[in-house]
Amino acid sequence: MKADAPVAALADSEALADAPVLGLLALFWAVFQRDLRIGLRRWTDASNSALFFILVVTLFPLALNPRAEILRTIAPGVIWIAALLATLLSLHLLFRSDLEDGTLEHLLTLPYPLGWMLLAKTIAHWIITGIPVVLMAPILAITYHLPAEALGVLTFSLLLGTPTLSLLGSIGAALTAGLRGAGVLLAFLVAPLMVPVLILGARATDLALSGEDPAGPLYLLGAVLVLAVSLVPVAAAGAIRVSAD
Amino acid sequence: MWTWFFRLASPPHFYALAGKLSYWLLIPALVLVLIGTWGGLVLAPPDYQQGDAFRIIYVHVPSAYLSMMVYVAMAVSGAIGLIWRIKLAHAVSASCAPIGASFTFAALITGAVWGKPMWGTYWDWDPRLTSELILLFLYFGYMGLRSAFEDVNQADRASAILAIAGVVNVPIIHYSVVWWASLHQGPTLSKLEVPSISGDMLWPLLTNILAFTLFFLGILAMRVRGEVLEREFHSRWAQDVLRGISPASAN
Repeated sequence: MKADAPVAALADSEALADAPVLGLLALFWAVFQRDLRIGLRRWTDASNSALFFILVVTLFPLALNPRAEILRTIAPGVIWIAALLATLLSLHLLFRSDLEDGTLEHLLTLPYPLGWMLLAKTIAHWIITGIPVVLMAPILAITYHLPAEALGVLTFSLLLGTPTLSLLGSIGAALTAGLRGAGVLLAFLVAPLMVPVLILGARATDLALSGEDPAGPLYLLGAVLVLAVSLVPVAAAGAIRVSAD
Repeated sequence: MWTWFFRLASPPHFYALAGKLSYWLLIPALVLVLIGTWGGLVLAPPDYQQGDAFRIIYVHVPSAYLSMMVYVAMAVSGAIGLIWRIKLAHAVSASCAPIGASFTFAALITGAVWGKPMWGTYWDWDPRLTSELILLFLYFGYMGLRSAFEDVNQADRASAILAIAGVVNVPIIHYSVVWWASLHQGPTLSKLEVPSISGDMLWPLLTNILAFTLFFLGILAMRVRGEVLEREFHSRWAQDVLRGISPASAN
């Protein structure tokens, strides 16, 4: 029995060598396309987080003073917090259904790097939930009387920052994918990790608002994004392996 | 060559060793903390600016230092558990969390108590206070994740990944918070330590840092002991220990 095991393994690897091999980019594209299609067909899930984003931004003027100068000073913070909360709310969708219907187990058995496939899933998730937030932010910022020169910086900082939020969130989503009712726990796990993105994004917009150069925090946001893209898939893959056990 | 290591990682052996070890750590810790506190509260002269209020550093600084060291220890032992699949390392990691959270809490409270006479307010969005508070949330998240899993094995691996992700992020959080605070307020308030500390103020502080570290290790040994016993509850040696018929339970 023991002596046969290496032979069997060899036969397996030969069978794999005969099978059509997908290039890494083709694999990425396949997973990405699948998740994007599923996400767009379940469009209510995606639109819920966008609507939640609008709702949170709408609540602040009602609770605070709707005077133009107050709204203008709080706008960067409010919009960034709303984007963070919208991301947190959407995260439980990231891996849950794939774990329940067995898709993740299939991905685990594939002879391809799991982290790479999870990165494709996370980016598809960001396109469905993050892009609407980025697109809506300047419109909402106009209702907060944000001057035109800060609008571009706000949008650009969200474009750089929200993918990092989704990536960091994907670790938490992977860790809690197998747990029932883990929504609040998931938010609690990843929100502290998102603090740097929140600070950098809101400050970049703040600097633009006061007429200063926002390049510094924007560069840092980009650096954090690159760091997240390179490290998070490893952690998320480890976490999915735990959850799928 | 590595046999001592594997023997250390075997639960019954570790259980017996940790029992002895905790006393050998806690007794010196107690002696040193008495010396350090005597030196800090009685022998050290009052600060020329802060008067006697500065003396809280003899509790505050060791707590704050350990709040971060314990997190690193938690992440490192979690990583060891993940990579070499040593269950004992996971037990160490799990035992670190409540101790680290307590030190973080102590650092926050003593900082607030010191802040009232010095800054005129209990809480200020000072970068160190803020990143310490975020650290407390990281500890709570770690413990929350652990308790959400029914299976200890899963809880071990999941929480180890979270601790590693946290430890990568802690410096980024810290520097982003420092940078954020530098935009808001002058650096006058963020000077938590006496700029250049004189020798008769310094030695009690160093003594207390050593004492707190030994205290942490002693408490850790006790907690890991309990954790190991709980995990190995169904094994023969644990049952023997619980019935009081094992040599390991003699001490």
